[in-house]
This record gives sequence, structure tokens and C-alpha cells, in this order.
Amino acid sequence: MTDRWIVELLLAVVVVTAVGVVRARNLLVASVLLGIYSLVMALIWTAMEAYDVALTEAAVGAGISTLLLIGALIRTGSRIGGSKERDAPRIDKVALAVAVLTGAALAYGTLDMPAIGDPTAPVHVHPKVARHYIDRSMEETHVPNMVTVVLASYRGYDTMFETCVVFTAALGVMVLLRRRRPPAEPAPGEMREQAIFVVMTRMTVPFVLAYGSYVITHGELGPGGGFQGGVILAAGYLIYALVYGLAAAQRALPPRLTDVGAGLGVLIYAGVGVACLLLGGDFLAYDALNQADPAKGQQLGMTLVELGVGLTVACVMVTIFNEVAQP
Amino acid sequence: MTLTPQVPALVVLVPLLAGVVIGLVRHAGLAWLLASLASVTTFALTLALAARVQAEGVVIYAMGGWAAPTGIELRVDALNALVLALVAGMAAVIVPTSRASVAREVPADRHDQFYALVLLCVAGMLGVTATGDAFNLYVLIEISSLTAYALVALGRSRDRRALTASFQYLIMGSIGASFLLVGLGYLFLATGTLNMADMAVRLADLHGSTTVRTGVAFVIVGLSLKMALFPVHQWMADAYTYAPTSVTALMASTATKVGVYITIRFVYTIFGHELSFVIMPTDAFLLAFACLAIVVGSLQAIRQHDVRRLLAYSSVAQIGYLVLGLALGSALGLSGTLVHLLNHALVKGALFLAVGAVVYRQGGATMHELTGIARRMPLTAAAIAVGGLGLIGVPLTGGFVSKWYLVAGALEAGLWPVAVVVLVGSLLAVAYVLRLLQVVYFGEPGTVAPEPAGEAPASFWAPALLLLLGSVALGVSGQLTGGLIAAAAGALAGGAP
Repeated sequence: MTDRWIVELLLAVVVVTAVGVVRARNLLVASVLLGIYSLVMALIWTAMEAYDVALTEAAVGAGISTLLLIGALIRTGSRIGGSKERDAPRIDKVALAVAVLTGAALAYGTLDMPAIGDPTAPVHVHPKVARHYIDRSMEETHVPNMVTVVLASYRGYDTMFETCVVFTAALGVMVLLRRRRPPAEPAPGEMREQAIFVVMTRMTVPFVLAYGSYVITHGELGPGGGFQGGVILAAGYLIYALVYGLAAAQRALPPRLTDVGAGLGVLIYAGVGVACLLLGGDFLAYDALNQADPAKGQQLGMTLVELGVGLTVACVMVTIFNEVAQP
Repeated sequence: MTLTPQVPALVVLVPLLAGVVIGLVRHAGLAWLLASLASVTTFALTLALAARVQAEGVVIYAMGGWAAPTGIELRVDALNALVLALVAGMAAVIVPTSRASVAREVPADRHDQFYALVLLCVAGMLGVTATGDAFNLYVLIEISSLTAYALVALGRSRDRRALTASFQYLIMGSIGASFLLVGLGYLFLATGTLNMADMAVRLADLHGSTTVRTGVAFVIVGLSLKMALFPVHQWMADAYTYAPTSVTALMASTATKVGVYITIRFVYTIFGHELSFVIMPTDAFLLAFACLAIVVGSLQAIRQHDVRRLLAYSSVAQIGYLVLGLALGSALGLSGTLVHLLNHALVKGALFLAVGAVVYRQGGATMHELTGIARRMPLTAAAIAVGGLGLIGVPLTGGFVSKWYLVAGALEAGLWPVAVVVLVGSLLAVAYVLRLLQVVYFGEPGTVAPEPAGEAPASFWAPALLLLLGSVALGVSGQLTGGLIAAAAGALAGGAP
């Protein structure tokens, strides 16, 4: 584990950034600060060797969330330039009291908390939870990344609903924000007229897409999986759309495809579960997929559900961006 | 191969898969048809599950074949079997009959997404109710909340204020979710498990831990926000007023009930009597706000001009009754909560369906639009009248039975001021219900708003009258639900002195 003081220094940066977000009068500044907040958090997770969490935080928190927030600012026409107001924000006394009380309660709760990394902490010693995951996951599934086994198999039912939460977000955005007219072609003189952007995009997007696909399919072996990989795939689309314009991006990837893909991913996930059920197992009991070698069944099940997650996440992020970025 | 052992999983899977498929069909009529079929099927499944629970006792289903606490389990006992059947039953009545109302209030090209959201919301509520895992509960609460935010916002084509109502709901719901998540995180840190039954066993030795105490407090505050317990109830009044009417009918009869169920589950099953009521002052906290909710909610209801807002504030008061019963910490109080939970779901669902009929005919539901409608819309008016009497809790309605239990429970605990609050709340309910009935029956039609052209389609008043029949049956005969309710309340309060 990395030196303790590095984590503490980074945590101090997180606090300063959070205060900055609350005090910022300019929403663009606040959005960028939130991105920085997530990036520093990702560094902290890395220092704690929680690489799956770090990758998620970097891709979702620092990456796509920041882009979506900025997209929302553009769409709503909020003042994203400089604000003339220089006075300090007024602080609601009731809100302040509630916040202080909540903070004090949180601090009180830490008094009896085990120290970070304490090997005797309840979360590390529970025989049927943490110890089972650590001692038996390799034997039961032959998958080296324990985090993926917990997410996609032991707690696969949760992950199916998390995928469903992402799909629900897309449904909400479609039902509330979707407009019928196609996006306008960008005016000349925008980014696609600038050779550096165009060349850079042409060079990076294929690699971003390849990397996203890699992260989706290799969650069993290393950090990553459907959520992170799906977001990275979507980032490839976003970069393309930012430089070549939304109309060109939607010609390359028509919204009706991403609409279907968003639901299809959830159906793949639940479909794997139903297949297990039809083969005589319980819902999502991947052992049933390969009666001769249950561990192979587990691997197959996890690979398929991660594909479902990746498909839904990528399509939903693209959908939200499409609807939000259209002024 | 037989599907019988799979029923607990299917209860959640049928509406979930139907919701996702409906989101892809792009046809309004087909979306409605699929949603109706799925809701009726789900209701049948919950009934089968309830019968199995009554015959065999607790039903456990290990998701992914991993026995809890390694994996996630569904755990259905008398209490959640009842709530599952209630949620699915309300959906089975409201979804198939919603077509005319939805056609009037939601743009036609959004019906597929509308019904997809409704089914996902129902799946979320059923999942929350069926699960035996605390984190799984959180994920599913978020599904039912996210869908509800979008559904409330869909009321915007009738009234733009639906958007602010939805936004307010989103903010309050997210704050509630954050509190719940932090609380669960603290409890996980202290116990190392997320399974409810396992957590309950481990918490028994950890009553002194500040981490546990903080976790309990955060969970209770988070659930209060999600239930819309006074003083964090304003989002609900606005959401119920501006959402499409069928959404309000569904939410008012299911969402708050699921919130109360989760609170019972945490307070009694997971924390247990000692941690909830002896170590932590959960009872005093909940009782105080429940009493305030009853009085303030009822007073606010009396002042309303829009009938949907009136009913929404009445719901604020009803949540007070529900929380009051569970905070008494006795079998009597819990029985009161459970009977009230069923009865209020039936009555409020029926009232909002009846109000939906008025919105359909008159374009709105203020006192003006309801003036004298009894002459042209006798069945809708009858539904409003019977529902109103059920809200007051007059004898022969389920409301009478539940308030009887609540008063008896309060007196048993020696809390006579609480019993007085229940009675005062009922008197205030008399005031707002009589005012409503006076307008509906004795208002001069055509003076403040045009008289309705005629009775609304049967798809409005028939389900409303059906639900009210259920409420009256609940009041006349304790037999109908007596078995399950007595079993549930007895099992929960088992640890109580």
C-alpha cells in the first residue's frame, strides 16, 4: 500500500475541491471542479489498490459525468461564461445547521470504526462473505479478478438491476427531452475545420473504441468490466461528436440503434438468468450453463452479462449525450 | 421442469422484463396490452406466493444459486407476501384501466416509454419488498424512484408545474437515498454482511458501537425522506398534484406503503426491538413526527382548493398514522399499521381514480370543476363519497378497524395524548371530506364551471368501486386478512415485551 500521507494529502485536495464546488458562482467552473474531485478520488482508490473502483470513478465521475453536466449547461443556456457577481454566496442558516449536524453524526460514527486496512475488521473476516470471496472464488469460478466474480456472480442480481437503473435513466431522458427534429449541421469554422482536432480524433477514436471493447471483455482478468468499458466506448462517440458535429455522429451511429441497444443489454443480462432457470438452475446460477464443468459455466455467464452491461451502458451514455447536447 | 420453485424470482422478473420489452415496441396500444398482461400475471404470481407462505412459512430463494449471505436471497414471510400482493394487485387494477386517462394526459408517441417506466417502477417496488438483502433493497429503491421522477414529470403536458414537482422530488429522493446508503455503509462496516437476517444476528452484539448507532440514525432519516414523513413531505404533495392521474393513483396506493414496509423491516427485523427502541430513541422520534404529520397534514388538506392536492395532504396525514402504529412497538400498533396500509392503499387508489374521471370530463379537479357533478356523474360521485368515508374511518370501512387498533395500541402503551391525536386527526378528516362531499353533491352545477357532459367511462369508476368494495370487506370482516396480518404482526413484535 502506498504511503499513508499521500492518501491524506489527496483527501485534503478532495475537501478543498468540494468547498470550491459549493462556493463557485459559475456553473461551468463547478462542473470542472467536480471532474477534478472525481479524478482525485480515482487517485485515492488507486493508492488503496481498489483498481476497479478507480477505473469506474475515472471513467464515470471524471469523464462522462463532467461532459454531460457541461452539455446540460449548453442546452439550458445557463451562463457558462464569467459571472459578474463577485459577492460571496448567501448561506442558508437552516441548511448549514443540517449539514453541520450530519457531518458531526458521520464523525461520531467513525469513533468505533476499524482502521483502514485493519485485517481483523468485520468486513474482512466474515466467513461467508469476505472470506468466501477471497478463499473460494477462484475454485468456484476459475476467474482471477475477484471483484468481477462478486459483481457478476455472487451479487449478479444486484448488478442486473444496476444495469436496469442505467437503462431507466435513458428512458427518462428519452421521454422528457427527446425532440423530433434531426440535429443541425455545424456551422463552418467549428472544430471540424481545424486540422489538429480532426487528425487527433481520427487517430484516437479507433483506439478508444478498441480499449473500451477490451475493458468490457477482460473484466474477468483485470480491472474493468461492462460499466467501465461501456463508458469508454461512449467516450469515443462523444469525442467524434464534439469534433465532427452531432449530425455526423448520428449518421455514423443512428439513435434508433442505440435506443434498441440500451434495452437489449438488459435483456441479454436477464436472458442469461432465464437461460440458467430453463436449464434447471436458479435465476443467474451460471453453473447450469455448463453442467459438466460449472466453473466454465460461471465464466461463460459472467462474460455474457458483462457484454450486456457494456452494451446498455454505452448506448445509454450516447443517448443521454445525444438528447442533452442538442441545443 | 417445473416453475413452481421459481415463483419468488418471477414476481420481480415478469414486470422487469415486460418493462424493458415495452420500452422497445414503439406502439401505444401494444405497450398498454403488454403492460396489462404483465401486471395481471404478476398479481397472480404474488397470490400464489402468498398461498405458499401461508402453507409453508417463510419462502427463501437464493439468487444465482449462492446461499445467503454469500449471495443475495429473496425472503418472503407473511408481512412481505401481503405487501407484494397489495402492490401487484393495485397495479393489476390501475394499469389495465388506465388507457383512456393516459391517452388524455400523456402524448401518444410517449405511451410505450410511459408504460415501460410504470412496469419498471412496479418491478422496483416488488423487488424492494421481496429482497432479503439490504444493499439490493437500495438498488431497487433507486429503480422505483428514478422511474417515479420521470413519471411525475410526464404530467407536464397538462401542467408545466409537474417539472418543478419532479425536480423537487428528485432532489429530496436523492438526499434520502444518500442517507440510506451512508447508513447501510456504516452497518456493513460494523457487521461485514449485507444480508438482513445475518445483519440482525450480528447487530445484537454491537449495540454499543457508535458506528452502528450512526448507521441506524441515517437509515431512519433516509427512510423518512423516502416515505415523505413530516416535515420532509412537501415533495409528495406537489408530485401527487401534478403527475398524470393514473401515476398518482398507483404511487399513492403503493409507493408510500412500500416505504412503510421497509421501515418496519429495518426497525423490527434488522435492528430489533432493543436497538430500535431501547438504545436508540427511534420510537420517540417517529411518534413525534407522526403526530405532527397527522395534525398538520389534515389541517393543510382542509385549506386546499385542488382536490388532488387535498388528497395528497390527506396522504401526508395517513403516513402519520402508518408510522405511528409501527412506532408503538407492539403487536396492536403493528396490526393497526398493517390494516391501515391495506385500507389506505385501496381507498386512496379509488379516490385518485375517481378524481381522474373528473379530470377526464372536466379537464381539472379543483373544487370548481367538482361542483355539483353528482347529478351527471353519479358513480364517480359515489366513489368519492365512499372513499371519503373510508378516509375518516367510519364504522364498516377498513379505516375504522385500523384506527381502533391504533387508539387501543396507544392506550396500551399509556400514551393517551397519541390516542387523542388519532381522534383529532379523524375529526379533521371529517372536515375536509364533508367539504368535498358538500361541493360534489350540493354544489349548484354549471355555476362556476360547465357541467360535465355525462358519466366518465367505466374504466374510471369500475376499478374505483372495486377497490372500495375491498376496503368495505376489510372493515366488515376481519377474516379476509386477519390470518396473514395477525401472523405478520405477531411474528414481528415477538421480541417486544
